Amino acid sequence: MTSRTIRGVLAAAFLLSLVASAPSFGQTLRIAMTAADLPTTSGIPNNGGEGYRFLGFPAFDGLIDWDFTHTDEIAGLTPGLATSWKIDDNDHTRWIFTLRDGVKFHDGTDFTADAVIWNLRRLYDEKSPQFDPAASAIVRSFVYMLDRWEQIDPRTIAIHTKTPFSFFPSMVPNILMVSPTQWEKSGRSWTEFAKQPAGTGPFRITRVAPGQFVEMTRNEAYWDKLRIPKLQKMVVIPMPEATTRLAALRSGQVDWIEVPPPDAIPSLKAAGFQISLWPYPHTWPYIFKMTEGSAFSDRRVREALNYAIDRDAIVEFLNGTAKPAYGLYPPDTPYFGAPELRYGYDPEKAKALLKAAGYGSDHPLKVKIMISTSGSGQMLPLPMNEIIQQQVRPIGFDLDFDVVEWGTMLVAKRNPPTAPAGHGVDALNNSLGFADPGVLFRYFSSTTFPPNGINWGNFNDQRVDALLSKAQETFDPAKRTEFLAQAHALVVDEAAWLFVVHDLNPRAMSAKVKGFKPAQSWYQDFTQVTVE
Amino acid sequence: MARFVAFRLCHTVLILFGVSVVAFGLIHLIPGNPLDILLPPEAPKAVVDQLRAEFGFDKPLHVQYLAWVGRVLTGNLGTSVFTGLQVTHELLSALGNTLVLAVPAALLGFTLGTTFGTVAAFNHGRPLDKVFSVIAILGLSMPHYWLGIALVIVFAVLWNALPAAGMGGTGGLPTSWEEIQHMILPVVTLSMIPMGVIGRMVRSTVLEILSHEFPTGLRAKGLRSRQIVFHVLKNAAPPALAVMGLQLGYLLGGSILVETVFNWPGSGQFMNLAIFRRDIPVLQGTVLVLASLFVVINLLVDLVQALIDPRMRR
Repeated sequence: MTSRTIRGVLAAAFLLSLVASAPSFGQTLRIAMTAADLPTTSGIPNNGGEGYRFLGFPAFDGLIDWDFTHTDEIAGLTPGLATSWKIDDNDHTRWIFTLRDGVKFHDGTDFTADAVIWNLRRLYDEKSPQFDPAASAIVRSFVYMLDRWEQIDPRTIAIHTKTPFSFFPSMVPNILMVSPTQWEKSGRSWTEFAKQPAGTGPFRITRVAPGQFVEMTRNEAYWDKLRIPKLQKMVVIPMPEATTRLAALRSGQVDWIEVPPPDAIPSLKAAGFQISLWPYPHTWPYIFKMTEGSAFSDRRVREALNYAIDRDAIVEFLNGTAKPAYGLYPPDTPYFGAPELRYGYDPEKAKALLKAAGYGSDHPLKVKIMISTSGSGQMLPLPMNEIIQQQVRPIGFDLDFDVVEWGTMLVAKRNPPTAPAGHGVDALNNSLGFADPGVLFRYFSSTTFPPNGINWGNFNDQRVDALLSKAQETFDPAKRTEFLAQAHALVVDEAAWLFVVHDLNPRAMSAKVKGFKPAQSWYQDFTQVTVE
Repeated sequence: MARFVAFRLCHTVLILFGVSVVAFGLIHLIPGNPLDILLPPEAPKAVVDQLRAEFGFDKPLHVQYLAWVGRVLTGNLGTSVFTGLQVTHELLSALGNTLVLAVPAALLGFTLGTTFGTVAAFNHGRPLDKVFSVIAILGLSMPHYWLGIALVIVFAVLWNALPAAGMGGTGGLPTSWEEIQHMILPVVTLSMIPMGVIGRMVRSTVLEILSHEFPTGLRAKGLRSRQIVFHVLKNAAPPALAVMGLQLGYLLGGSILVETVFNWPGSGQFMNLAIFRRDIPVLQGTVLVLASLFVVINLLVDLVQALIDPRMRR
């Protein structure tokens, strides 16, 4: 054997050993998102829930993070960059956070109280050099109650809210922390920073190809040793078109797609793909306009419609990718409470209620509903609404649709229901979430009518108002939940909305993807996932 | 010739002015502004209003228009409300990605179209004519998003021979075999329409020219059929060129449908995204640049036509 042959054999053996051991460091998970563009990578992602899901929590942490470990209940909170937090007993607008020691940003610099304050100024101090208008708008949309902050000692800071606001900790995960040093190194530009960002999360963003993909790599030094990713890399690709995502999955170009078309699910299953279905805080309703003169200001009409739809038939049409809704919250959550009414498909009851209100199949009630052609969380708005239209016609409802583009609906929602932007419709088919316990307040308090909030239908009930105010000022979580559950029961009994379905957030993945345990959240944990 | 060029140039300037007015004005006809889409549905109105003022969307339209034209004339198309990135830079990169598809698709479509059209015309009424006419009509009338999906199902899903979507790399000119593979299906899909249009155009023009007396005269003079074809094609070229210019313009605009099916980050997808986001600066800049490109290509085609065909200069 010549030395060249020996070398060749050795090289081949070496290559073979590389191939044999490849899975341990070759693991890449490729995900096709529904977003039309890459969410921003500068720590505060745009593109809504999906942005935070893929380019928020995987790469960055807040002082408080979402807890993905208890998958049988709505995701709660877990310590993030703060090890603990509490309300100041003497001042119910002052929250005290103890910061975690020994955390490093991806660029190797230390996470400190100064960094926290620098990040808060990025979002709330228009005069700071690092002020970031786009990120600020996104965060302030949710965390509008944050007022000011102070450093107590090197490991403790206090954040003040404008009014006592017991839901504040649930808003804190929106404020993700990035490295001030990396921003300085990026020439003090958020656009440049977004190309090579540094946070503290379980994944580091290692490659940003605008419009194409973002590659993230395992952060071996992640502070939570239990959540050091098992994957080597995760790649997220924007792919807005459902059939394109489907083709990409079926051709093996990606391992995981968000929201496959429901009618493709049986064939995907048959071809050996996994379908993940799990509840998350989402409700698909009609929000009734209750201002004077609207047909829905009559409670009997609202109730009648809730008894007139066959939720199971809608779920069947969606191939089981949703479950029936009987309130904003599902009945198995602690916030559901004990409403007296349980809306099932009951055409007789619906007819009787509608007759009492002065309508019937011979004299139908004409109402107009604003629906969108697509949009975040809207599921399949056109066919779903057509099913409802057919279901309720024999009862005596004549539904007419004002079909608009998603942006038009968002404008309508920010304006009073009687404003021109509302197109004179009687209800809005706009899906909403309930990820944080403050939502009841935002959706149903009489202080949050647009333009000062998003209680679009002008639902107004003093009993609910009183309970919601109490909840907002109650800092004992168990007691607060009790108040919220009572308020929710009233909302259900008053039939404030037409409660239709909760989405089960379908995802399809190849058989090689293992270890994904979906949380009941708009966000998910990718650290435990492996690709075989 | 100089007068013709000057006349066409003046024309072009006027058209571009019209384009700028339309590009600016159309967007303000649809309800909603980018901030409504950018901000989460829960954003308080105060936050929305503050940002409106920051981006200048609260000013009267003519003030916004003049400020915009002023910037555009210096080559600055503004920044995206959504991403905060330079529109000029983003648009150039998207246009680059579209060119990667448009140029091969145009070459393929024009070559096939011209070949099919000429062969069909010279075989008028024979089976070959029928076959090529059917192909041309199919290319013209088949919805290309449907063809795209069908090609993906066959080549990507069933046979796993070609990738289903995306560019495979980080954009721009392909640098590897893998990236070239990503181009094949969208290029074939995109080339179908120009193939059909040019094919039918060339066939009817050639037929018309063949009915003239000079081809018979050339034959009588003893020219070989290859030389006759050359003479016929030279006469058929001007109208075909005009159509090719239009088609190239369409391709450069990027097909929103094909780019959506293949998840191709080109100018069509770029504009589609801007429409859904009401990203006014991006939309205005993109419409303006694409429309101007269209106008300029047509100007060039007119000039080339005038060079080939002296009758045009009059």
